[in-house]
Amino acid sequence: MSTPLKFYQVGSFAVGNRLVDEESLSEQSRPGRTNSLTSGHRACQGCGEALGARYALDAAMAATDGKIVAVNATGCLEVFSTPYPETSWRLPWLHSLFGNASAVATGVAAALRAQGKEDIRVIAQGGDGGTVDIGFGPLSGMFERNDDVLYICYDNEAYMNTGVQRSGATPPAARTNTTHAVGANPGASFTQGKNLPVIAMAHGIPYVATATVADLHDLEAKVKKAMTFRGARYLHILVPCPLGWGSRSEETIQLARMAAESGLFPVFEAEYGEVTVVKKIRRLVKVVDYLKPQKRFAHLFGANGRPDLLEAIQGIADRNIAKYQLTDENTQEVARG
Amino acid sequence: MDKPFAITLNIGSSLANHTGSWRNERPVYVNRLPPCNDACPAGEDVQGWLYEGEAGNYEQAWRNLVRDNPLPAIMGRICYHPCQTACNRAEVDEAVGINSVERFLGDEAIKQGWQFKLTAAPTGKRILIIGSGPSGLSAAYQLAMKGHDVTIRESAAAPGGMMRYGIPAYRLPREVLDAEIARIVNLGVKIECNSKVESAEATFAEGFDAVFLAIGAHLGKRAFIPAGDTARILDAVSVLHMTADGQPPLLGRRVVVYGGGNTALDAARTARRLGAYEAIVVYRRTQEKMPAHEVELREALDEGIVMRWLSTVSRVDEGKVTIEKMALDDSGFPQPTGEFEDLDADSVILALGQEVDLSVIEGMSEIKVEDGVIDVDGFLMTGRKGLFAGGDAVPGERTATNAIGHGKHAARAIDSWLQGENFVHAERPALAAFDRLNTWYYSDAPKTVRPKLDAARRASNFAEVVQGLDAETAVFEARRCLSCGNCFGCDNCFGVCPDNAVIKLENGKYEINLDYCKGCGICANECPCGAIDMEVERS
Repeated sequence: MSTPLKFYQVGSFAVGNRLVDEESLSEQSRPGRTNSLTSGHRACQGCGEALGARYALDAAMAATDGKIVAVNATGCLEVFSTPYPETSWRLPWLHSLFGNASAVATGVAAALRAQGKEDIRVIAQGGDGGTVDIGFGPLSGMFERNDDVLYICYDNEAYMNTGVQRSGATPPAARTNTTHAVGANPGASFTQGKNLPVIAMAHGIPYVATATVADLHDLEAKVKKAMTFRGARYLHILVPCPLGWGSRSEETIQLARMAAESGLFPVFEAEYGEVTVVKKIRRLVKVVDYLKPQKRFAHLFGANGRPDLLEAIQGIADRNIAKYQLTDENTQEVARG
Repeated sequence: MDKPFAITLNIGSSLANHTGSWRNERPVYVNRLPPCNDACPAGEDVQGWLYEGEAGNYEQAWRNLVRDNPLPAIMGRICYHPCQTACNRAEVDEAVGINSVERFLGDEAIKQGWQFKLTAAPTGKRILIIGSGPSGLSAAYQLAMKGHDVTIRESAAAPGGMMRYGIPAYRLPREVLDAEIARIVNLGVKIECNSKVESAEATFAEGFDAVFLAIGAHLGKRAFIPAGDTARILDAVSVLHMTADGQPPLLGRRVVVYGGGNTALDAARTARRLGAYEAIVVYRRTQEKMPAHEVELREALDEGIVMRWLSTVSRVDEGKVTIEKMALDDSGFPQPTGEFEDLDADSVILALGQEVDLSVIEGMSEIKVEDGVIDVDGFLMTGRKGLFAGGDAVPGERTATNAIGHGKHAARAIDSWLQGENFVHAERPALAAFDRLNTWYYSDAPKTVRPKLDAARRASNFAEVVQGLDAETAVFEARRCLSCGNCFGCDNCFGVCPDNAVIKLENGKYEINLDYCKGCGICANECPCGAIDMEVERS
């Protein structure tokens, strides 16, 4: 998990520090980082997905000495990075269809194996729509065959590229353009949802992890760890979307942090189907503090708000905290509201 | 056209797409005024010298520090550190131990023999400073660094003023005082001891271009207390002065000190060290109203000093003091109750405040004196042109740190005045307030507590009470600095930009690449120390 930098000034939370020794530097603090997704891309201001993709791929490039092929599902990440004939990618990159990224990645990995180039590693990546809905069949197949691919899902909790439609990863009560904030049950419905990290674990693959763009050291460590395994691996990264969430562009990282610190988004690692490490909550916040800055939950607040639904969402967080044991004696409760 | 099937355009990079045109706000790196710097009466750039200390560059840290205060080893011991009271870190866990790092740097400088580097050419101007206390020494140092010829006249046998004759050796070892004064003398400052100036006006006739009065407040205030002929009554300033001179007065075994300031506690603690087994401080109000610093009170109580709150001394006889109990009235003033009590006492020390010896300006009608202190303008100049004054002799808080600030301020004002100009203060940047910090990035770490000598051992001699940091703990403490409002090179902005629009420069600083910055504001929001502002774009 997090690199334990003994740094009393900034702990191990900041991207770097002028006084940190060379080998403890995060990839993102190195001026010579790959910048796998470089400037000039057309992602919105404050895009969490652009950030998450650069974090993850730069770490993978560093872990493999630059030997990475990336396969991309359709989605924001593909659309904003490659308007013909320009590309923002600074690594070999393929795009085929919305639903088949994992199948294409399987093929790329097989081709590399056939050529004896197994030092070249394959990453498949997509948004939550391309992963938990449209591409789920091929992904499950890739898991089941244990193909040597790291699949990274950048989860922004809806189909943002096409105009914010609900996906299987949209949280309960969230307003999207297909789940309006009207009626007795406004926004997305309270269902079990599709918890893909847990589904991936159920396949018994070597490595499954969750992360957010708010903890760079944790994310980089997980990507690097994933590259030490052969076989199917799955990394699920929460990437806030200012457009779809109705949040301020500068709050992207702060919201990701609060998603984890409220317990709504548990951050953990699992190997061969078993949870091995859980990232403990450092400053526990209430879910209302996380939900309030997001306009997609605005209908839960105010005079005609729905405190009952807020309570139900807090219940989800509380169950996560209990299930994954997200708190310990070092957890501080932060009163805000 | 030798492109593959269905390909008509050359491959290009998105770098051709200057997304900076989307922006309506731009991030700007700023330097704000950290609360420590803001609170320091000597105007130290605390964050600035801690920054060097964090990297272990102790000499550079010391050099940055002494720009404002030439006596860090002394102030690292006796300053009441208002910087730490203001420190933003107190809201995260505990204030940074600025004072202890200052002391470490001061001690290190003495150990390593670091000297001031004089770069200014001689100006030919001669300046006289009357008094060698903190304000006099501070002014002498600043003026000498500007190339002026500086002479200090000191009425006592040794330089240092209240630092030598008011502050007991257990708080400020004399070798530290001597070492820091010697460094100023090495700069070419002449100190003439046993040289009391009788008239400030007469010194101008000797050819001095400007004179700085730094005479302090050395006269103990007297109060009328009915006393028997054989009663032994002394004043605290004299007791401390005589002790410092190596000729301590005879106080006896039981001593009563009357007063509630730091001097009262110093006198009581000194009495204990001189052999009194009982030292009682009588103060007419309550602990909350006591002007003495809390740390001093705590250390005094640790040493067995007894406090008698809400009491006044009403009569002194041989071996006995009569005190009257007081009660606070509705407006919080102590009123007599008519209830008396006798205390055994071989001597009584009055610590009722100090007054300025104004004989030096006698007959100078252009100088205004109000409430016993010398009136000065915003440039610390008195009504007599060319005569400046500072320290305890002018209105203001009577602390050594404040005096050092006065000395610096007066030196700048004198330097400008000698050139026929008025000194202009640099504009103060906006305060780096706590609400601008992103405290998530700071981990929690308790302050290094300075080990203390055992209270019992301490009370029996004049050994130094508070021990210092070593090289390892000093760097630890320096690194606890949040660097409020000033970039400290954490790479956060460089890392969190979704558009790679932050450039990391060779010198450890950063620059925004405005060709690609979309103005999302994540860098400003995630900056731990609040050193980035978002400014609206003007088309």
